[in-house]
Amino acid sequence: MSFADWIGAPVNWVFLVVGFLTLLSALKVVTAKNVVHAALFLVAALGGTAVLFLMLSAEFVAWVVVLVYIGAVLVLFLFGIMITRAPTGKDVGLDSPNKLLPALLSGATFLLLGWASLDAFGSTEIADLGEATSTEVLGLALLGRFVIPFEVVSFILLAALIGGVTIARRDLSPLEEEERGAV
Amino acid sequence: MLLNQFLILAAAMFSLGIYGLLVRRNIVLILLSVELMLAAVNINLIAFEAVLRTSEAIGQVFAVFVITVAAAEVGIGLAIVLMIFRNRKSANVDELDLMRW
Repeated sequence: MSFADWIGAPVNWVFLVVGFLTLLSALKVVTAKNVVHAALFLVAALGGTAVLFLMLSAEFVAWVVVLVYIGAVLVLFLFGIMITRAPTGKDVGLDSPNKLLPALLSGATFLLLGWASLDAFGSTEIADLGEATSTEVLGLALLGRFVIPFEVVSFILLAALIGGVTIARRDLSPLEEEERGAV
Repeated sequence: MLLNQFLILAAAMFSLGIYGLLVRRNIVLILLSVELMLAAVNINLIAFEAVLRTSEAIGQVFAVFVITVAAAEVGIGLAIVLMIFRNRKSANVDELDLMRW
């Protein structure tokens, strides 16, 4: 497939725009000086991945990302930022001064992963996808072949819920506990 | 569409996550970088599913599992951050050297 063929398909223009915006937002997540801005740029990056999922016919997963990540996780992050009173002004030592080594390491990771995928899947094409994967197929898989992992994951969520409450709970002082007991 | 365009985008996103993980000093921002890396992994899973077209949409099922575990991780992570902040009045990882020898 030549580059002219590739750029001729309208779907690839969509990919270029969405991919560029996603990467730009991801870059801002790790470089933004303002903590709240970083969290809001994560919304943009995850929204971009949801659009990519729609392009790859994964309709259900795309909306799960929008609901769970953008709807719930981001609210939790903003809550965490407010609670810890993270400094929201201009540069106040959010980043480590030593940036060269992390940049080199992440650049090396990118080169390694990029080289590996170019080497292994150089000309693999994603054929015309047709209809989106129906939620029915996904639901039957989740409650059929993957029912045990599904139950394990639900147990993880329950454990996380109870663990979160237990960890974040403020212990009462002995005096307060006595007052509670007296009532 | 080539498979590689999605794989390389995901690789770039994952690398940015690694950079953020190493450079940031605020715990909440470190958790944000971890989310970025998990999202990159999900792109890979969905892209491979689009190529293989398994009858049970296995790639998408795995992506759903990753999202669920990520949600649990954020919940526990922020509870720990809350507790650390309550005890140490700081969310800066450089100051959390309690277990450093």
